[in-house]
Order: sequence, then C-alpha cells, then structure tokens
Amino acid sequence: MKTSIEYAALAPIEILLTAGVLSILIEAFVPRIHRRTLQLFLVFGSIVVAFGYLVASATQILNGNASVTGGQTQGIRELAASGSVAIDGPGLFTQGTLLIVAFIGAMLFAERSVDPQGDAFAARASTLPGSEDERQFTAQGWTQTEVWPLFLFAVGGMLLFPVSNDLLTMFVALEVLSLPLYLLAGMARRRRLLSQEASLKYFVLGAFSSAFFLFGSALIYSIAGSVEFGTIATALTNTLQDPILLAGIGLIAVGLLFKVGAVPFHQWTPDVYQGSPTPLVAFMGAGTKIAAFGALFRTFYVAFGGMRWEWRPMMWVVAILTMLIGSILAVTQSDIKRMLAYSSVAHTGFILIALTATSPAGLSSSLFYLLAYGFTTLGLFAVVSIVRDSSGEATHLSQWAGLGKKSPLVASTFALFLFALAGIPLTSGFTAKFAVFAAGVAGGVTPLVIVAVISSAIAAFFYARVVVLMFFTPENENTADVVVPSYFTKVAIAVSATATLVLGIAPQPVLDAVVNAGLFVR
Amino acid sequence: MQLTTLMAIPLIGAVAILVLPKAKETLIKQVALVVSIITAADAVRLLVGLDTNNGGIQLAEKHSWIPSFGISWSLGMDGIAGLLIAMATILVPLIIIAGWFDAEKSERGSVKEFFTLILLLEVCMIGVFAATDLFLFYVFFEVMLVPVYFLIGRFGGAQRSYAAMKFLLYSLVGGLFMLASLIGVFIASIHELGHGTFDFTALTGLHMDAGTQKVLFLGFFFAFAVKAPMVPFHTWLPDAAAEATPGTSALLVGVLDKVGTFGMIRYLLPIFPDASHYYAPFIIVLACISIFYGALLAIGQTDMMRLVAFSSVSHFGFIVLGIFVFTSQGLSGSSFYMVNHGFSTGALFLVVGYLASRRGSKKISDFGGVNKVAPVMAGVFLISGLSSLALPGMSSFVSEFLVLIGTFSQNRWAANIATVGIVLAAFYILWLYQRTMTGEPSEEVKSTVTEINKRELVAVVPALALIVALGVFPQAALKIINPAVKQVQKYVSVVDPAPAVGAATQGNGS
Repeated sequence: MKTSIEYAALAPIEILLTAGVLSILIEAFVPRIHRRTLQLFLVFGSIVVAFGYLVASATQILNGNASVTGGQTQGIRELAASGSVAIDGPGLFTQGTLLIVAFIGAMLFAERSVDPQGDAFAARASTLPGSEDERQFTAQGWTQTEVWPLFLFAVGGMLLFPVSNDLLTMFVALEVLSLPLYLLAGMARRRRLLSQEASLKYFVLGAFSSAFFLFGSALIYSIAGSVEFGTIATALTNTLQDPILLAGIGLIAVGLLFKVGAVPFHQWTPDVYQGSPTPLVAFMGAGTKIAAFGALFRTFYVAFGGMRWEWRPMMWVVAILTMLIGSILAVTQSDIKRMLAYSSVAHTGFILIALTATSPAGLSSSLFYLLAYGFTTLGLFAVVSIVRDSSGEATHLSQWAGLGKKSPLVASTFALFLFALAGIPLTSGFTAKFAVFAAGVAGGVTPLVIVAVISSAIAAFFYARVVVLMFFTPENENTADVVVPSYFTKVAIAVSATATLVLGIAPQPVLDAVVNAGLFVR
Repeated sequence: MQLTTLMAIPLIGAVAILVLPKAKETLIKQVALVVSIITAADAVRLLVGLDTNNGGIQLAEKHSWIPSFGISWSLGMDGIAGLLIAMATILVPLIIIAGWFDAEKSERGSVKEFFTLILLLEVCMIGVFAATDLFLFYVFFEVMLVPVYFLIGRFGGAQRSYAAMKFLLYSLVGGLFMLASLIGVFIASIHELGHGTFDFTALTGLHMDAGTQKVLFLGFFFAFAVKAPMVPFHTWLPDAAAEATPGTSALLVGVLDKVGTFGMIRYLLPIFPDASHYYAPFIIVLACISIFYGALLAIGQTDMMRLVAFSSVSHFGFIVLGIFVFTSQGLSGSSFYMVNHGFSTGALFLVVGYLASRRGSKKISDFGGVNKVAPVMAGVFLISGLSSLALPGMSSFVSEFLVLIGTFSQNRWAANIATVGIVLAAFYILWLYQRTMTGEPSEEVKSTVTEINKRELVAVVPALALIVALGVFPQAALKIINPAVKQVQKYVSVVDPAPAVGAATQGNGS
C-alpha cells in the first residue's frame, strides 16, 4: 500500500506541533528577556493561523456538502495520512472548538497581573517545595516561559485526538496531549505540594488508562485484523458476541472514559482540579473533555457503530453513575475547585446521554454541548483565578461570602456561568441540555434523561449555594479580594460570558453548523 | 407587536434605571413608578380592546426564534391571560408605591437594584401569561425565578437566605420535571407532524395516545402544583412570603403563583385532555385537601405574613378545584378568582407589611387594639380581610360562588367540603382581626403604630376599589373570561351544561 500524507488536510495539527518545536528552540536559544514576547507571538499566531485555515477548509467542505455530486465526495470528507486521520465535519467542528478554547486558555496562561509574585506557574519547577532555593527564586521574582512548548504540544495532541481514524494514531494523540498536561499540573506557583500530588495522581492513573486503551486495541486488532476504524467496523459486522471483542471494546472505553472523567474513572478529577494551576484547569477541563469526547464519539460511532447493542448497556450504567455520583458528591464539597470538578463529572454524564442515543442528533447535540461547556468552564476558572487572598487563590467556599457586595460585576459574571451550568434558560447551558435531552428521548434513552433531570435538580442546589454565598451572606474578615487582572483575563472572561449568553439567546447559527457538520467519515 | 411593545416598556425602564447613578434614589423610584403606570395603562388598553366574541388567542404575533427546536417568539392573549396581565401590571405600581422605602432598609441590596429587579420581573410576568409557545412559556417560567430569588434573598427578613434557597430549589425541581415533559411533547410533535413544534395551537391539535399523555401530564402538573402551590408541595410559600418584603410577597403570591393555575387552564387541559380527565378525581381530592389544610394551618399561625400565605394555599385549592371540574362556571370562577385573589391578597400583604414595619414585628400577639390608635388602618385591614374571606359584595365572593356551583353539578362531595373551607376562612380572618385590631392597645402598640399615611393609602385603595367594583359588577370581567373558557372546554371536549354526562365521566374516579 502506498503511503500518502495529505499535508494540507492536516495543516492545523502541523501548525501547532511545529510551533511547539519552535517554542522549544526559543527556550533554548533566545535570551530570557525576549522569550515571553516571542512565545506569546508564536502561540497566539499559530492558533489564529490554524483556526483561519480550519475555517477556510470547513467552508470548502460545507460548500461541497451543498453540491453533492457523485464523484465529488473526495473533497467533502477525506481520509488523510493513509486513512489514519479522518477530516470530516464533526472532526473539523471539534478542532475549531478546541482552537477557541486554546486561544482563551492561552490568554489565562499569559496573565501576569494577578499574582504579585509573577504568574500562576512555579518560579522554577525543579526546586523542591519549601526549599531555600524555591524561596530565593520566588523572592527574586523569577518567571518561566517553559509552559508554552508544553501548552502547544498539548493543543496539537488535542487537535489530533478527535480526528484519529485508527487506534494507534488515537493512542499517539492521547499521549501527546496527556504528557504535557501531567507536567503542567505539577507546576503551580502556590501550594506546590498539592500541585505535585495532583500531577502524580493524574500521571499514574492516566498511564494506567492508557495501558488499558492499548491492551484493548490489541484485542480488537486480534479480531478485526486492523486498527483502522472503517476496517474494524466491516470486520465486526461478521463477528458475534465474541468475549474477546467485548473485552476489547470495554478496555478501549476505559481509556477514553478516563479522559472525559466518567464514573468510575473520575477519581483524578477533584484532586487535579484542586491542585493544578487554575489557568491549566480552565484549559484542560474544557479542552481534554472536548477532545476526548470527540475521540469517544468517533470510536463508538464509526468503529463500534455496528456493535451498539453490545456496548449501549455499558454506557447506560456509566452515564447513570456519572450523572448521579458527580452531582451528589459535588453537594458535599467545600472547595470551589473541587465542587466544579465534580460538576464537570456530572456534565460528562449528560454528554454520555448523547453518545448512548447513537443518532445523528446525538452527535450534533454533543458538539453544541461541548462548545457551550468549553466557554463556561473557561469563564468559571478565569473568575476563580482572580478571587484571591494573601496566600493565593481563595478556593474555600466560605471565602466567597459577600463577594457580591465587594465586587458586584465579577460576582454577577460568576453567577451567570453557574446559571449556565445549572441550565437556566437564556444561557448556553440550557440550549445544550435541551438539545442533548431531546436527542436522548428521540434516541430511545428516556430513562437516562429522567436521571439527568433528577441530577440536574441535585446540581441546582450547589450552584445556588454559591450564589447564596456571594449575594446573600454578609462579608466577613475571610472574604476574598478580587484582583484586577490585565486585559488577558478580562477579555477571556468577557468573551466567555458573551458566548454563554449568545449561545443561550440566539443559538440558531451554531445549531445549524453542528447539524451541517454532518456525520463521521467511514 | 403590541404585546412585545408592552413587554418592552418595563424592560426599557429597567435598563434606564441601570444606567442611572446609584445615588439618585428618588429619581430611580420615580422612573420605576412612571414606567409601571404606563405599562399598566397599556395593558388595560389592550384588555379593553379584546374582542369578547372571540375565545381564541388575540393580538397574536409570531417570530421564528430557534427553528431547530421549533421554538418561536409567539405572543398572544385570550380573556384569561389578558385579565391576568392587567392584574399583574396594575399591582406593580401599587407595590412600588407601598414599598417606596423598603429597599433602603436592606443592608445588602440597593434601591437601584430593587427597582431594576421589580421591572425585570414585570417583563417576565407579562411574558409568561402572553406566551403562546410552550417553550417560551417555560423560558419565562424559569427566568422569572432569578429576579424573585434576588428580591427575596437580598431584601428580605432574617431568614431570607434560607427562604430564597427553598423557593429556588422547589421551583427549579418543578421546572426540571416540566422540562422533561416538554421534551416529550416536542418528540411527540415530531412523530406526528414530522417536525418538532411548541406552538400552542399546533400542540392542541396533537393526538397523543392516552398513555403518553398521562406520563407527560405529570411533569407539567408537578411544576404547576409546586408553583400554585398545592398541598403537599406548598411548604416553600410560607417561608418565602414571610421573609420577603411585603411588596415582593404580594407579587409572589398574587401573580407568580397564578402561573401554576394559569398553566393548568392554558396548557394542561387543552394539550392533555385525556390525561386531564383521568387525573381529575385525584386532583380534586388534592384541591380539597389544600382548601382544608391551608385553612387549618392559617388558623394556627402566630405570624401574620405566614397566616396570609397559608390562606392563599387554601384559596389556590378553590382555584384548582374549579379548573378540574371542567364546567363553565367552575372554569370561569377559577379564572376570575385568579384575578381577585391577586388584588385581595396583594392588599392584605401590603397592609400587614405596614403594620409590621411600624411595630417591628409580624407576630399577632404583639398587636391588639390597633383600631383605637389607627382607625383607618384597621378599616383598610378589615376590608382587605373581608375580600379574602369572600364576603358577598366583594368580587372574590362571585368567583368563589361560581367555583362552588360549578363543582356542585359535577361532584357534590367536593363542593360540600369546599363550602366548609369558606367557614374556616371567615374564622381565621375574623379571628386575626379580633386579635390584632380590637381590644385595649398595649403601650408598645400605642407608641409605635401610627395611622396609615397617604402614600400607603394610595397603594391599597385602588386594589380594594377594584375588588368592590368587580364584586358589584362582575359581568365586566366575566364577559371577557367566558369566551376563553368556552374555548378551553372545547379542547377538553366537555359539553356544558350537562351535569349528567359530566357525572358519567367522573364516575370511575369518584
């Protein structure tokens, strides 16, 4: 078989990975004082260029879709790199969402006005927490730019993950996106022990789940004789109830469900959300979920689409557990980042409804959900990063008491994001929920929708509790301060809030886009 | 566009207040008052312009909003909605006058915030009654929670956080079940029409099978029963009403709770006729329990605000009863009752609020002999109370009587039980009057309770005047209500008057 690589179709991924390499070179050869400026130009430039390219090719694809003629299908959905990568509507939409998330995430990474010591990342990650070295470097006001190459590689991996069309490419993408995140998770400037613990947990559990994924791929390969999704789908139509096949599907599911944070593979989320630097949590919480759901949908719709009667019961159980456990445990949290972590688990459960519906509507509604969720998550953590006390971020819930009086605008914005998560109409969260629930009912998983409604009711409690704290509880001496950030964070919050409202009030253009994105290429 | 314009007036007012500087408190209040009066005048103008020969939706307008989900911005009103909108918009300026100084007392919220919230709430109140798209109705139903939540939580009494939270959670949970049913209706419309829609008229034309109807009915009914509130979903109301400022309580009980009973007439009966018949006996039992239980608890209260709140639970029992007997008298009575109850309870809450703010306590035992120190106040209190207990000559009497007649022809037992409820109402109101107004005033009462002032009087008198006027000449309102009621009966396929047929359909349940 002749190996061909369609460089043009893969351009966004290539741009980001190339930028990653350049970024390392900057770290190596450019004097320290110029690094930050160069890195920022590189990061934002590469994201913008990649996004522009993506929009251009998406328009081309949409126009192609409009004029479907027999021989023209080549340009509409294409398999690149000898079938290893699938460039199709849902894939492009997910990539676009990821690039937006990356752009806003990068703005939060770049913020340097919030922490008086510098930025959100360790002055020198190699020093031991609490050591004399650390104190010295911090006192001297050191800041690093080594986060940028890691960031760019993570984005590159995320872009590849949802368009991988064979199990090996998917595995490589999984590792490319995960390894930088494991590292970044341990690089918080403050509370470094907590951060390093988070990093280690994330890494060990992540490595486990990767191993599961790889093992599952091997089992599937032993039956299908290929790792390529299209071939697997064809091969599996003739296979019945093979226990090895079921084990293979199950193990691959473990690997992917870990990344989206579904119960029972969610244990890493609260610790990682709590310990990691907040800009990373914003970027990772949104980006990983989007990329991993993209991959999850592609794997289960394309490769295992014919086996849906075998894996749907499993997804039922996982979805129910994820929704209920996520929202119930969130109620018991007293740390805002942990609470948002569990809430992210609950939202994973809602998107799993769309997966379980196994329908075009399920796919399109999940695309919308992920976009809406991405903006909201970024906005939430951006606000968390500017609510601080003298020792860093004020993440204990009691410190949020009376914030509405102290800083009405910030508190109202945060309330808006919480309302979106709770699914109050006229916010993006409501439209997203409605789309997913409707797809669920139409797809014959009504009981899941009912569980979702119940867990939404539970979830409403803890979102409302934060609003009560901010607006109805008087200030006390513990109440945190709101730091005035630079334009980076201000714009990030403003964009997220605007998107949250627009997707709630006038969602039609985006709803059209997710439907026009069409189906996965096979 | 007339209804959109009506909603735009308070919205523009709210935006105007938002841009005004915080310190100009008097100007903010004046703007709010003027805007609300214009809104009320416009609403009354639209109401008077309704064609009383037409029971359908009038002043209809429709603009596509989210076509993917079949959602449109469609507004319109029939007689029932029109009267409720008029009632709500008339109450708002009264509440603004009565609550002129309420916002300053709060240590949390500002004057600016208070009046912005009130006007935003007014937008939602008009929207929820005017919506003719089920989804749009749901949106207003839910969004309305936000201003009320902040009105209670930031301007209420000592337990306001708890009350606001309880209110929000009850309503949200109800709303979520409604959302589930809403999606069910949407899917049913896809199956039958080929495209999903939330258009009210299209939905009434659906032929859902009885099983589907029964399931979907429950989601809506639960939400409406929480809102209304019916026993056993009522426990949020006394807390919310007792902790909020009197004006907020008046709006909450007078207008917002009507959304529940309005939803029953507008959506439950026409869209789920089979299920409505199926569940009617159970709901009638619940309604009777509400009438009785609400009245008994009202008798047992020591806090005036809570007493009024519980009396409303009892009144809502009447309204629901009248709806689910399906007779034209019952339905007209209930629709009329919704309007009357808004004015009478609103007035009662305001007067109790006057008393409480003077004495610094809402406890019944802290009063006594008020008619000696403030005779006009006692008089206003008495009239409000009498309208609440449905004294003949008051409009509430007409509506209560209609409900009872309508019920009697269908279900004698329910009518008998409900009649006892009237006696209890007389008991808790008159006993309240006796304990607070008559007797010898204590030293505290003498020193604190001053006579009602002009501003306060201006806020209550229009409501009481309307109650008396509509009591003497109920035809003015019934003429508008009746055609709409006929239309609802058409949807639930009840022929009227035909008590024998009605009894047969009731037969298997009672």
